[in-house]
Amino acid sequence: MSTTLAAPPPEHCPGTSSEEAGKSNACAGCPNQQICATAPKGPDPDIEAITNRMSTVKHKILVLSGKGGVGKSTFSAQLSFALAKKDSQVGLMDVDICGPSIPRLLGLEGQEIHHSNTGWSPVYVEDNLGVMSVGFMLSDPSDAVIWRGAKKNGLIKQFLRDVDWGDLDYLVVDTPPGTSDEHLSIVQYLKSAGVDGAVIITTPQEVALMDVRKEINFCKKVGVPILGVVENMSGFVCPKCSTKTDIFPPTTGGAVKMCHDMDVKFLGSIPLDPRVARACDEGRFYMDEFPDSEATKGFQKVIEESTQVSCRL
Amino acid sequence: MEGVKHKILVLSGKGGVGKSTVSCQLALALVLQGKKVGLLDVDLCGPSVPRIVGLQGRDVKKSNQGWIPVYPEEHKSLAVMSIGFLLPDPDAAVVWRGPKKTAMIKQFIEDVVWGELDYLIVDTPPGTSDEHIAVIESLKEHQPDGAVIVTTPQGVSISDVRKEISFCNKVGLPILGVVENMSGFICPNCSECTNIFSSEGGKLLSEELNIRFLGKIPIDPALTALQEGGGSFVSKFPDSQTLKAIQLFVSDLITSPTPDAK
Repeated sequence: MSTTLAAPPPEHCPGTSSEEAGKSNACAGCPNQQICATAPKGPDPDIEAITNRMSTVKHKILVLSGKGGVGKSTFSAQLSFALAKKDSQVGLMDVDICGPSIPRLLGLEGQEIHHSNTGWSPVYVEDNLGVMSVGFMLSDPSDAVIWRGAKKNGLIKQFLRDVDWGDLDYLVVDTPPGTSDEHLSIVQYLKSAGVDGAVIITTPQEVALMDVRKEINFCKKVGVPILGVVENMSGFVCPKCSTKTDIFPPTTGGAVKMCHDMDVKFLGSIPLDPRVARACDEGRFYMDEFPDSEATKGFQKVIEESTQVSCRL
Repeated sequence: MEGVKHKILVLSGKGGVGKSTVSCQLALALVLQGKKVGLLDVDLCGPSVPRIVGLQGRDVKKSNQGWIPVYPEEHKSLAVMSIGFLLPDPDAAVVWRGPKKTAMIKQFIEDVVWGELDYLIVDTPPGTSDEHIAVIESLKEHQPDGAVIVTTPQGVSISDVRKEISFCNKVGLPILGVVENMSGFICPNCSECTNIFSSEGGKLLSEELNIRFLGKIPIDPALTALQEGGGSFVSKFPDSQTLKAIQLFVSDLITSPTPDAK
C-alpha cells in the first residue's frame, strides 16, 4: 500500500507501511510521522482481487536482470511468440513503465487498450497472445513517463487487478533493470497468487554479471524461485569470414561460472545476430523467420529448459 | 556544490547503451586535459562506475565536513562517488523503493566534499523516475550545464531516448548533444563492418530534433576489455581509434559554447 509522503523518509525509516511506521525512534522529528502513524496498516485488500484475477493463469514467469539492455524484452517477446506458436494461451505484461519496449517488439506500436465491463482488454497479436504495456496508454510515443515509484506501483497493480487476462497457460512479465519499486511490487502483488519463478538474463561480461548477481540475491531474498540464467549476446560470428569475436568478453568466466558459483541453473546462451535487433525493431517473430540460425537454436534451448522447469513446479 | 564549475548529466532512456562507459570516458578525457573532475554514480541498484574505473573494494571515508570521495590516483584530479563504495558485500542487492533512493541521491549531492572541481559528471540509471527527478531537483539551484544523451542506433533504443529528451525538455535541462554508441562492429579478422544494432539511428534522431550530434563510438572489444580489467584507470589509455574518437567529441563538447536546448 503506498502512502503519500510530505518529504523523503529519513535514513533509518522503518518503512512507511511497517507496523513501526510513525512510532520508531527514527520517526521522531520526521515530517511524515503523522502521515505514517495514521495510514491504515495490515494486508492490502487489493491482493485478494489480484489473486482472484490470477486464478485463471496457470504459469507466471518473470523475466529479470540487474542490468539494462541485455535483452530482457527481446527474450520476453520471443518466449511469448514461441509459446503462442505451440497453441498455449499467452499473456505478456510489460512493467517497464519508463521505457516500455514490448509494444514495438510485438509489432503493436500505436495500439490502444480497450475497456469493457470485465476490465481492461489486453492488445492481441494473435487470438492466443495478449499484451499489456504502458506504451498503449500514451497519446504520443515520445512522451516521457515521469513517475516516481508509488505511481508506477499503482499502475502495476492495475495491470494485475483490472486487466481481463482470461484463461492463460502462461503470463510472461517483462521488467525494467534493477531491484526497486517495480520488482518489489510485482513480487509482493503476486505472492499469494504464486509465481513459477524468474528467468534471469545477462550478457557475458563482468560489468553485467556484477549487477545480475545482485538480482539473483534479490530473488533469493524475496523468495522468488530462479528458473535459470540465460547468457545473451554471447559472441558474434562475422557474416563474411565466420570468425567468432567475443564482443562482450566473459573475462570472469561468463554466466556459466556465475551460475556454478551461485548455485543456479544455467539455461544456455544466445549469440549476437544483427537480424535479432532488426526483427525486434520491426516487431517480428525472429525464431520463425530464421529457424535454422544459431540464435534461434539458442532461444529454443533456453525456452524449452525454462518452461520445463516451470511446468515441474 | 559551490566549488563545482560545470555539471553534466549523462542520460539515456535505455539501459545497457553505455551511459557508464561514456561517463567514465568523458571524465577521463577531461582529466587528461588537465581538469579537476568529479564522477558521481547515481545508479543505486546497478552501480557500474567503481568497476569501470578500477576502484572496486574501496571505501568512502567520513569527515566532519561530509563524505570524502574516492580518488583513483594521488594527484586527486579525479574524485569518484558511488553507492558501490558503501556496500559491505559487492553482490548485495540494494532493494530500495523510490523515497530511499531520493534521500541517498540528495546526500550524494549535498554531503560529499567534492572540493574545487572543473567538472562534475553524473552517471544515471535508465529511465525517467525517482533518481532522475531527485538529481534534477537537487542540482536545480546549482544550474547544471545540461545533459549528454547516449543511445545505440537501433529503433528500440531510439524510442526510449525520445522519452528521455521529452523529460529534459519538460524539466528545462539543456541537451548538450547525442552520442551514438555501439555503432557498427569491425571484424578483427577481415575488417568487414557489421551493424549489429543497426546504424545511423542516433545521428538521424539528432537531425530530426535539431540536437547536436557529438559522434559515434563503434563496438570495440578492446574498450569492453579495458572496462573489465579494473586496475588503474587513468594510466591505462591505449593507442586506440575508439578512444581517440571519444577524446575528439569531448574536446568538442567543452570548447564550443553550449547549444540551446530545443
